[in-house]
Amino acid sequence: MTPSGIEAAAPIVSLRGITKSFGGGVTALTPIDLDIARGEFLSLLGPSGCGKTTLLRIIAGLSEPSAGERHLALTPSNRGRPGPGRVGFVFQDPTLMPWSTVIGNVLLPFRLAGRVGPAKRERAAAEIRAVGLAGFERAYPHQLSGGMRMRVSIARALVTGPDLLLLDEPFAALDEITRMALNDDLLRLWESRRPTVVFVTHSVFESVYLSTRIAVMTPRPGRIAAELSIDLPQPRERSLRTTPGYAAACAAASGHLAEAMAAEPAR
Amino acid sequence: MRPRGDFWRLAAPLGVGGALLVFWEAVVRLEDIPVYILPGPLAIGEALWTDGPSLLGSLLVTLRITLAALAAAAVLGGGIALLFSLSRLLEISLFPYAVILQVTPIVAIAPLIIIWVQQPFLALLVCAWIVAFFPIVSNTTVGLNSADRNLVALFRLYGASPAQTLRYLKLPTALPYFLAGLRISGGLALIGAVVAEFVAGTGGTETGLAFRILEAGYRLAIPRLFAALFLLSATGIVIYLVIDFLSRLLLRHWHESAMEEEEE
Repeated sequence: MTPSGIEAAAPIVSLRGITKSFGGGVTALTPIDLDIARGEFLSLLGPSGCGKTTLLRIIAGLSEPSAGERHLALTPSNRGRPGPGRVGFVFQDPTLMPWSTVIGNVLLPFRLAGRVGPAKRERAAAEIRAVGLAGFERAYPHQLSGGMRMRVSIARALVTGPDLLLLDEPFAALDEITRMALNDDLLRLWESRRPTVVFVTHSVFESVYLSTRIAVMTPRPGRIAAELSIDLPQPRERSLRTTPGYAAACAAASGHLAEAMAAEPAR
Repeated sequence: MRPRGDFWRLAAPLGVGGALLVFWEAVVRLEDIPVYILPGPLAIGEALWTDGPSLLGSLLVTLRITLAALAAAAVLGGGIALLFSLSRLLEISLFPYAVILQVTPIVAIAPLIIIWVQQPFLALLVCAWIVAFFPIVSNTTVGLNSADRNLVALFRLYGASPAQTLRYLKLPTALPYFLAGLRISGGLALIGAVVAEFVAGTGGTETGLAFRILEAGYRLAIPRLFAALFLLSATGIVIYLVIDFLSRLLLRHWHESAMEEEEE
């Protein structure tokens, strides 16, 4: 788990000169260069509307950049090219199918890839247990709380064992207590499996608590203003939140964010 | 829901209806209104009792047309909406004509249809269908285009084929819209069938309820006319309730049926 060993390998995500403009002359992203190392937990930290989500969607391949190159080094399938399911995506909303049960929702990636047999079902059930929803397999989304729905969404993103997990402000709509619990659970899942995580957030505290590295983005047009490594001890526990090291890291991240905000015309 | 609330939901409208009937009967008696102008509820009840069996036979004729038209509207309306969702070009080229068909008064074109379509049952069916199909087409079209954008993105991320997206995402999304359309079309199919019968007249050996209403009017058998009207409204209510029950059943928890095929 030494960072140097990980960073020596080729980056799993490599972005070169990525820009994005929308119709009407709106520039969402100005040239962005970013390498993300395998097993890293990277937060994209910035104010609302700074293009974090756009960048995440470009990484996922859900949106095409206006210019620049994006390269993902994903595990190839036995047919050669990396198949679908190598990238997991968690949206700001749980984005579940309301007509389907918890297990039906978690099985979706498998179902879209082909037949769903007992092995896949067991895999999905295990993933539901892993996010703490054992016993809710047959529940419908409307019967669950917001936090539980988000857990289903995370289980669905993880069920294929992705190399890359992309999360777009997943906990922004949740209350503080639920959010802390989900932060811890996400950390445990990441520690045990080590996917590469890109986590979009506008919360300094959340990004410092979770990440190994933070990329601070400026308001529109989005640009990476600063990158900082968070060298806090791992595994991270809640008690970390009261340590001087955590406070210092938060102060540093806040400082970079304030600079990024000031560098641009007032919003 | 609390049982008390349920009780009042049933009792309140029934109470209003009962009070209205009593008032109606009282006005007819006190004012001595002749039965050919306005029969009282008791006279209508009597007509319903004596003419009931023959009226029920006619109701069956109308009901057959109505249900056939509704089924055709559901199948063809759903099918047309599906075609629209597959091809945007098809939708923008054909949707205006669906609207034209919808806004053309059925009374105006029913005589033509009855001339063109020789077979009486089929002619009436076509008329009722024209009235009934539009809500299903327009609702289902909206439903098929209403899939959650993030879910669409997720399906893309997992490499879903268009057929998979249709089956697992668009069709389930459209189901409540389709059912809402069906609920409207149920009543419209009945209205369409009645209007067509009015225009067609007897149209063969079997006479529908609409013709019985006309006939009763000509003969000044006004209580029977009201009895037939009552049967017609009751039928409309039953159709609505059946469709309502059906959609509740299907959407009980946002239906699993579209997803529950696997398990080998």
